[in-house]
Amino acid sequence: MSQTTIPPKPDLEPENMPLQPGRSSSPVSVGASSSLGDFVQETTGLTRRLFIQLQRRPTTLVAGVIQPLMWLVLFGALFQNVPQGLFGESQNYGQFLGAGVIVFTAFGGALNAGLPVMFDREFGFLNRLLVAPLVSRFSIVLASAIFITTMSLIQTAAIVATSAFLGAGLPDPIGIALVTAIVLLLVLGVTALSLGLAFSLPGHIELIAVIFVTNLPLLFASTALVPLSFMPRWLQVVASLNPLSYAIEPIRYLYLHSDWSFASVVMQAPWGAVTLGIALLVLVGFAGASLVAIQPVLRRRLA
Amino acid sequence: MAPAVLIHKLQKRYGTTDAVKDVSLQVEAGEIFGLLGPNGAGKTTTLRCLCTLTQPNAGTLEVSGISVVENPRLVRQHLGYVAQEVALDKVLTGRELLELQASLYHLPRAVIKTRINTVIQLLGLEAWADNKTGTYSGGIRKRLDLAAGLLHQPDVLVLDEPTVGLDIESRVAVWNFLRQLREQGTTVLLTSHYLEEVDALADRVAIIDQGVVIAADTPSALKDQVGGDRVTLRIREFAPLAEAEQAKSLLQTLPFVQEALINSAQGNSLNLVVAAQSDALITIQQTLQTAGLPTFGIAQSRPSLDDVYLAATGRTLLDAELAASSSRDPKAERKKNMR
Repeated sequence: MSQTTIPPKPDLEPENMPLQPGRSSSPVSVGASSSLGDFVQETTGLTRRLFIQLQRRPTTLVAGVIQPLMWLVLFGALFQNVPQGLFGESQNYGQFLGAGVIVFTAFGGALNAGLPVMFDREFGFLNRLLVAPLVSRFSIVLASAIFITTMSLIQTAAIVATSAFLGAGLPDPIGIALVTAIVLLLVLGVTALSLGLAFSLPGHIELIAVIFVTNLPLLFASTALVPLSFMPRWLQVVASLNPLSYAIEPIRYLYLHSDWSFASVVMQAPWGAVTLGIALLVLVGFAGASLVAIQPVLRRRLA
Repeated sequence: MAPAVLIHKLQKRYGTTDAVKDVSLQVEAGEIFGLLGPNGAGKTTTLRCLCTLTQPNAGTLEVSGISVVENPRLVRQHLGYVAQEVALDKVLTGRELLELQASLYHLPRAVIKTRINTVIQLLGLEAWADNKTGTYSGGIRKRLDLAAGLLHQPDVLVLDEPTVGLDIESRVAVWNFLRQLREQGTTVLLTSHYLEEVDALADRVAIIDQGVVIAADTPSALKDQVGGDRVTLRIREFAPLAEAEQAKSLLQTLPFVQEALINSAQGNSLNLVVAAQSDALITIQQTLQTAGLPTFGIAQSRPSLDDVYLAATGRTLLDAELAASSSRDPKAERKKNMR
């Protein structure tokens, strides 16, 4: 190592020694500010770290935006010549596919949410967070969720804009707000599950394996690429149990109908009609159940 | 006033192995306390229990009188922990890492900037603070980690093997820095498997072996307790064993020789324990000469910390290191330390 590693002689002048241990002054932050303020401060710090990473390594976001657009353009072109009306009320396959790509992209991003956390565990960076007097270690989870959600919204905006450009049209403003809410609910639920896995699996190899075997099967067993009516009975059952379908079908419906209501039927499951309101409730239930399901893991690892 | 750190009858098991069986120690405010022992002795586990990273199976741990088990969050405010492996986010700059650290310790916004500049200055990181940590050398990484550990002005700075893997310059820089911290009143608890590090830095030392503290005192008191002087004798550069045996039995008859061992790892040299401050060398050389044996080299010294360790465990620290390194599973240990 070079000479330069020797620190310059530290200044020992008393007035320049603000690093006196806190024997006289009370330790930091005890009673200095509210717990809520502290929680916001630690969550902001952790979130900021993720966004600095994104800013310096934008590859993930760039690829995350390009990939769904390729889906739209290439996969859409693949079935361009199918007879009109085959895919329900959609005018063309591109229009049909838009909702599937929005949901599938958000889902994929959220599924990967646990990876950075897993790497922090493996590299010992998590220990740095765990020896700190965090008000609640939920801030670690919350920071990841905020980051992933933002990423998903950027991706969704890109897809919505591109599909509009490709002729799929746009839902009305409240419809767009509802699309956003649907994406957020799904992302929240899946992010929670991924973070739960990141804290319970032994390493990143295992986590990647789980992501790998979850990703595509859940896509194919949903209504992202074809309507339920195309599927054999057993797959209809599976797809009607898949939370992705409950995000895809409402979005698809919102795209095609400006006169929607919560009672509008968006999907014909084998056991009956699913309305927009019910689909939303299913998503709320999914997100809630995921958050509850990971609590024991988080408590064990982060207690 | 409560001691800075109090550990009483600490026990920690991982699965079926006892990482820590019986560790008790007391660190007074303002001192540098060294926990010395070979790799795998339970040093890191002890620190992990202290720093709330893992739950002990039994025993009490207190920092400035605050119970670690009952009030971990308060303890975390009083402790600065610098782990053995420096975990930095290589995409962040040093300053950004310190800013993150400041938010994790809830420093008031008004002081963050000055506080960060202060630690940067204190560790001589001015030239590196705004570069990404991924570009840092090992010494700079360690210094940034120290800066991060000190940012919230902890009462007690806990360091796990602070100079492992560092070049000599960086090591000396860290030593000087720790001495300077002590002068300012910060308590330092460090682990090391380097004898010279503990000898050079620590006001008091606890020697730990296989999860048990086997001795604790000031380094010089420990050496005095062992008693006697050490004589290292080499008959030839590489003596045949027979000749070494002959010399050994010859020298054992001398009244001031308390113990004699043949060290086969060092060319069958002889390690003798002789009465303290005795004028042993001349007599030994004369005895050998009379028997027609040569002397390649001979030296007398006061006992070292290694001799303290040897007297307590029956093996040298180096032997223990070797034994430990062949029986350890680094992968399993990484797992163990993962949260």
